Amino acid sequence: MELLSWGDKGWGDELFFATLMTLAVATAAFLLGLVFGSLGAAAKLSRHGWLRAIADGYTTIMRGVPDLLVIYLFYFGGSALVTYVANKWLGTSGFVGINAFTIGALAIAILSGAYSTEVIRGAVLAIPKGEIEAARAVGMSRLLLFRRILAPQALRYALPGLGNVWQLALKETALISVTGLVEIMRQSTIAAGSTKKPFTFYAAAAVLYLVLTTLSTYAFQRAEDRSMRGMRRA
Amino acid sequence: MEMQSHGGIRSGSPPAVPREGAQRSTEALSVVDLHKSFGTLEVLKGVSLDAHEGDVIAIIGASGSGKSTLLRCINMLEVPDAGEVRVGGELIRMRTGRNGRTMPEDQSQVDRIRSRLGMVFQSFNLWSHLTILENVIEAPVHVQKRPRPECVAEANAILDKVGIADKRDHYPAHLSGGQQQRAAIARALAMKPQVMLFDEPTSALDPELVGEVLRVIRQLAEEGRTMLIVTHEIGFAREVSNRAIYLHQGRIEEEGPPAQVFGNPRSERCRQFIQSHI
Repeated sequence: MELLSWGDKGWGDELFFATLMTLAVATAAFLLGLVFGSLGAAAKLSRHGWLRAIADGYTTIMRGVPDLLVIYLFYFGGSALVTYVANKWLGTSGFVGINAFTIGALAIAILSGAYSTEVIRGAVLAIPKGEIEAARAVGMSRLLLFRRILAPQALRYALPGLGNVWQLALKETALISVTGLVEIMRQSTIAAGSTKKPFTFYAAAAVLYLVLTTLSTYAFQRAEDRSMRGMRRA
Repeated sequence: MEMQSHGGIRSGSPPAVPREGAQRSTEALSVVDLHKSFGTLEVLKGVSLDAHEGDVIAIIGASGSGKSTLLRCINMLEVPDAGEVRVGGELIRMRTGRNGRTMPEDQSQVDRIRSRLGMVFQSFNLWSHLTILENVIEAPVHVQKRPRPECVAEANAILDKVGIADKRDHYPAHLSGGQQQRAAIARALAMKPQVMLFDEPTSALDPELVGEVLRVIRQLAEEGRTMLIVTHEIGFAREVSNRAIYLHQGRIEEEGPPAQVFGNPRSERCRQFIQSHI
């Protein structure tokens, strides 16, 4: 148990900060993913065929390619691009790396954005058409209709699905340990290697992930209950 | 309550022949030669009607005759292919888009005019995430940008009038159909509309709930509100209207005082329609 204690002898504090890192990457990725998801859903519901085609391409690729591969593509592709730009215009020479946090959060955001796109699109389509029509009939502008009627209603239809997307994003952060970012997975691997006690640390990591997912499931459940006020329950 | 002029004193004598664009001061709504097609199906084939302040116009006809489309074209929920709509003398300006379809020239004008037309739908369409009170004050507060306390006070009075004041903190899903429709009428009234448009307001209701909604509409008619009512309730239409229109396949087949249209129509089709609906 000493291995998991706080301070110099144990890995407790390291694991704690790694958990915070996991949460930070997951949160940043999820929120950015919501932005991508909203744009994606808007594109999919657009009148313009070319916007729909772009959004279809986005979700097809991101949901059809292994997540780890996307992260590699981002990490190496992103670094190569930044190196090229920096060498060409900023007068640097040689390899320029990108912050592992930024690249990791971005990669997971792109991935979770693809899932959010489908969730948000479904939620918008679930809003009774008549309620949108009633909003137009009282003279609401498009912006007001979006803010007062569409967004709050879409959110409540989307919440259960977004809970899933969040959970996925949280677990996908384990994949960005390959970029060297010290989150739960990476920290457990380091600790396992230096103490020769892999099972202990991977079990500890599993518990940490479970704590995070359980807490967030509870939080999403609360939010769902709150948002479902006034809904007839089946 | 607003004052409405019923043939009040007018300054000057009106010209013998109204000039182009000239309007009588009591004109609330005017529709000229409205056309609308859905794909190859022509639903409105040139419908014109005028409503003066205080008019209650009943619009009847078989399903598919275009009555709902007519109402929906007036507030541009459907954009007519041709024709003119004027509300309170103001013409809704239209233009032809690049794809050859007509569309409103200025969406903000449409939004403004819509806020002067109170629409009541067959399926109520209350906003399910808002309580009844919130439904009623939503547009006055956010579209008309009036002070919230004033809107709440008015909303309470209106809800009281339609008989559901005790439901104001409930969500729509917890109300009966009749109560929801009365709430929807309250929502429309809260905008102080110039004209009320009723699109088959009782068609989605259980028979025992129809009466409570018709009572509210009748009360509004007695107050002198300008209303267009699309309905299948022939008896009610006859009682409450001062003019009736029978639509058949996108055209006005019969029009006149209710006694004529319902009691002694010139059109054989209209006669048959009314007989089959009594």
